[in-house]
Amino acid sequence: MTAWTLLIIAGLTVSGFLVGRMRAQGLRNAAAGALHSMPSYHGLLLASMGFGASAIATLAVSLSAGSQSIVMPAAAAILGTAAIAGVYPLITPKFRARNIFEQIVKMVLLASSGIAIVTTIGIVFSVLLETLVFFGEISPIEFLFGTHWAPTATPASFGILPLLAGTLLITFIAIVVAGPLGLFSAIYMAEYADRKTRGMLKPLLEILAGVPTVVLGFFAALTVAPLIRRSGEALGLSVASESALAAGLVMGMMIVPLISSLADDIINSVPQSLRDGSYALGATKSETIKRVVLPAALPGIVSAFMLAISRAVGETMIVVMAAGLAANLSINPLAAVTTITVQIATLLVGDQEFDSAKTLSAFALGFVLFCFTLVLNYIALRTVQKYREQYD
Amino acid sequence: MDATPQKLPSNPIPRILAEKETKIVARDVNVYYGDKHAIKHLSIDIPDRAVSAFIGPSGCGKSTFLRCINRMNDTIPSARVTGQILVDGKDIHDRDLDVVQLRARVGMVFQKPNPFPKSIFENIAYGPRIHGIAKSKADLEEIVVNSLKKAGLFEEVKDRLSHSGTSLSGGQQQRLCIARAIAVNPEIILMDEPCSALDPIASARIEELIDEIRQNYCIIIVTHSMQQAARVSQLTAFFHLGDLVEIGDTEDMFTAPKNKRTQDYITGRFG
Amino acid sequence: MTDFSKKLDPALVAKRYASERRFRAYGAVALAISVLFLVYLIVDIAVKAWPSFFEHHIVLKVELDPARIDPAQVQKGDFNGIIKDGLRAAFPNVTTRADSKKLMAQLSTGTGDDLRILTVANPAMIGTTVNASALLSDDADLYFKGMHAPTLKTPGQTNLQIAKDGENYLFTGDLSQLVAGQIVRANGGAFRITSMEPGGAKAEVLLTPDTLNSLVAGNWDILSFAAIEVDRRIDDRAVVLLEAMRDKGIVEKHFSWRFFSSGDSREPELAGLRGAITGSLLTVVMTLLLSLPLGIAAAIYLEEFAPKNNWTQFIEVNINNLAAVPSIIFGLLGLAVFIGFFGLPRSVPLVGGLVLALLVLPTIIIASRAALNAVPPSIKEAALGVGASHLQAIFHHVLPLAVPGILTGTILGVARALGETAPLLMIGMVAFIVDVPNGFRDAATVLPVQIYLWSDLPEIAFQSRTAAAIIVLLVVLFCLNAIAIYLRKRFERRW
Repeated sequence: MTAWTLLIIAGLTVSGFLVGRMRAQGLRNAAAGALHSMPSYHGLLLASMGFGASAIATLAVSLSAGSQSIVMPAAAAILGTAAIAGVYPLITPKFRARNIFEQIVKMVLLASSGIAIVTTIGIVFSVLLETLVFFGEISPIEFLFGTHWAPTATPASFGILPLLAGTLLITFIAIVVAGPLGLFSAIYMAEYADRKTRGMLKPLLEILAGVPTVVLGFFAALTVAPLIRRSGEALGLSVASESALAAGLVMGMMIVPLISSLADDIINSVPQSLRDGSYALGATKSETIKRVVLPAALPGIVSAFMLAISRAVGETMIVVMAAGLAANLSINPLAAVTTITVQIATLLVGDQEFDSAKTLSAFALGFVLFCFTLVLNYIALRTVQKYREQYD
Repeated sequence: MDATPQKLPSNPIPRILAEKETKIVARDVNVYYGDKHAIKHLSIDIPDRAVSAFIGPSGCGKSTFLRCINRMNDTIPSARVTGQILVDGKDIHDRDLDVVQLRARVGMVFQKPNPFPKSIFENIAYGPRIHGIAKSKADLEEIVVNSLKKAGLFEEVKDRLSHSGTSLSGGQQQRLCIARAIAVNPEIILMDEPCSALDPIASARIEELIDEIRQNYCIIIVTHSMQQAARVSQLTAFFHLGDLVEIGDTEDMFTAPKNKRTQDYITGRFG
Repeated sequence: MTDFSKKLDPALVAKRYASERRFRAYGAVALAISVLFLVYLIVDIAVKAWPSFFEHHIVLKVELDPARIDPAQVQKGDFNGIIKDGLRAAFPNVTTRADSKKLMAQLSTGTGDDLRILTVANPAMIGTTVNASALLSDDADLYFKGMHAPTLKTPGQTNLQIAKDGENYLFTGDLSQLVAGQIVRANGGAFRITSMEPGGAKAEVLLTPDTLNSLVAGNWDILSFAAIEVDRRIDDRAVVLLEAMRDKGIVEKHFSWRFFSSGDSREPELAGLRGAITGSLLTVVMTLLLSLPLGIAAAIYLEEFAPKNNWTQFIEVNINNLAAVPSIIFGLLGLAVFIGFFGLPRSVPLVGGLVLALLVLPTIIIASRAALNAVPPSIKEAALGVGASHLQAIFHHVLPLAVPGILTGTILGVARALGETAPLLMIGMVAFIVDVPNGFRDAATVLPVQIYLWSDLPEIAFQSRTAAAIIVLLVVLFCLNAIAIYLRKRFERRW
């Protein structure tokens, strides 16, 4: 039925346009060019009426009766035709078809921009509702302060602390790797590299940024983790085959381009006059960078780090593939730890029923993750914005 | 065209150059920005312990030449400088002379005040710190206070040395920048239109300051304002389209310019 | 005349310059590490992937027996059986049930597929004897690719006698070359040395010999191994059979078109990417259909019509935040809203596209706004000046000039959607699906999820398949990025 309905909607749109334009052209020929709007605008108005009415009818029916019902194409056809027929008599030489059509277009544009808000509301509600149901079964205190995580055991326990510890451990390793690498890369690109070098290096970093995380996860699990285990064993250390270090290192490399491109922008927006002032006093380039440019860029760089942390905390595939499932409360980078995202993915992959505490706990974890990243993102974005305004 | 015009364009030699020691000697300096020939075969002598003013219409090359003297053009990738510039007889493009040492001796004040986004104290302490001039903390404090005093800013800011340099007014910021330059104890101070972003009262304060410190430094000021040049300088050089057109004692230049172009500019026929 | 170097302490200046060089080197090293990481990543995966683009076949003479193929239903013919008969015929000295089973195990479970396709296309072949190309199993394939513990071949340089010794055999003569555990191949058969005794070398038979003639130097050889049998994925008997195939010269290596033309499978040698590629394509089309119009419309509104008020501010904050929300959260949204609330089916490109559309929407809006903003206002004013309405000015003049920028942003958004995995796991596009999807409502998986699925499988051959799938994905993404960079360069305009 879906195909039929789509066909009917398309047919109504096209015929609405043709009918409207024909009528207006007829009027123009009769009234000798005294139309307010061009004929095609009359056509467009009727077309939008036909499209809008039939599309709304389709959506309404498919939500209430399902898309397999014969009612769907029928409702689309009837409502769409009615809308066209209703507006058709209004077409007169003085009819302001263009103004009305443009008003409709503006409404559509406005509605489109609202999608972002609808999405946010959708996220908040979908995650929040399930979380509230979850908190009906498990107390928030137990969830937030419990030190044991075993959602599939009997009796199940839902203490988020081991997951939080694992997430923060891997994030910490990632930032320790990505922070210096990203920052120094940015400094080199912004202050030292000539145009040609920059033109070569920037796409390379963009490629690194564009490598899908599932690829990095494969690399972490199959190449980096064994490498770390072997070198650890050579040093006489016991290394878990899914060590936090492997996941953290690769995640760090994933974040390098993010930090370097953000920091590059920020460093470039420090006014040249400050550098000139420092050079004129006889400072070397590195002294100028360390003592003038970086302090001036500090808020922006802190924001870049915050966005990087938010990215690392929310990253899923690398940890799903390279970090473990065991919820250990550990800060040993050579041990296996698990993260919030790993648990969400594990709990929700495969068949799941919506009312079990196990499934609901994934939404509660998602809620924690969303709140955590939201706060980081919000502060970081505000800081960057203020920083930009300062030098504009 | 003479490839190396060793002679100065003005004859006779300005009196101030005879009175004072010559600090800076430039011979056949050319500056290119990419394909643009910004300064053409420029030769000039600058006296020590006096104020020299560079005047001329926009784009005449006066700021460009100023930036050659402490090699600030090094920071512009497309800029290329040829010819000789001697400070105390030493070629500043010599391979064994490094730009850090040069700039420690040749301070600069820019068109727009550019205090660092640090405290007033840190702004001035920056130069002495990187050069290791102050031996102790007390030493550093003394340098800061003295520089502020020399720049005539101390009384206004002595209670808020820890406030941000950017919180000062425009005129105060510019004097802070002068104090910052003085703190490194330079011999030459280059000023690139230091008053163009300031109101008349703040400008007057800067001019007074220049007058007060000129006994101790070789000062070169680039200015758009002929009145300012007449008020503060002893030597004036007029630039036009990359050429040094005329150079002379300030009082002569403004009363009896020898060159037609100088005359036209001074009387406001172009510019 | 003052000395230049007197003013500053030369030792300090030297130290400062050293620090300057160090600092610069840190930057260069940081960049070098990032670039090396990228190179190592790609080379490592490419090396792992390379064998998967090829597959090994054996060429067998087979009879297309009409009794096993119904000419009316060629498709249903027992082609695997025909191939197996051909293989049996090629190895007449494999007689025991166990040996025969071992021999057949070297064939893929889909070994007759190629012959079936050929016969369906050309039914006249039925009843004739043809040379058929039969696909080998994953372990046999890996053996010929040299990805198992290596087998060493040493030519026999001494003369030996061989005699039957009850169930087993006994080698006598110059035994200097023999070591227990090695395999001696002679007279068309193969023997494993079990123990070296004073009376000779005891051996068990792996492949029945044609005769028991004495062995002359150069007429026989020894197979030895770097790893003992239990540590190898392929046992001695299989090695003997595969080496016999190689000696017969019937083993062929082909480019593996199958890797691109078939769907997923439990058998590594049969698993292909067609299903995943189709799924990716369907999902991305859905993503584009939704996010491109919405994104451009939102960008036009925000850039051209939105009043500067709190509401607009709120929308902008929202868009920027959404761009940084973890992708897995979008998966939760899709699961709860599209599947839980609207009741759409799981595992389908329709829902995948919906989720990814929401995910890339902020990217497209931000890029489109930047592109619209880069068009100078004078162009819009010129249109307004000749009496165009605001909307006409935008759609006729501003938007066309912004198209390259919007396109660049869209391509980067598509690249992001193509590589996204986590949200699709949430909405169930992670099932084992053999059939290639035909529409937006068919169960499907996508390329990155396929990579994730394969990476989890225990077979060694799947490791290489996974790497090969990654290479396919990376090539597509690099092409998209290259197009975006080209567009940006080509249409970069300075107003």
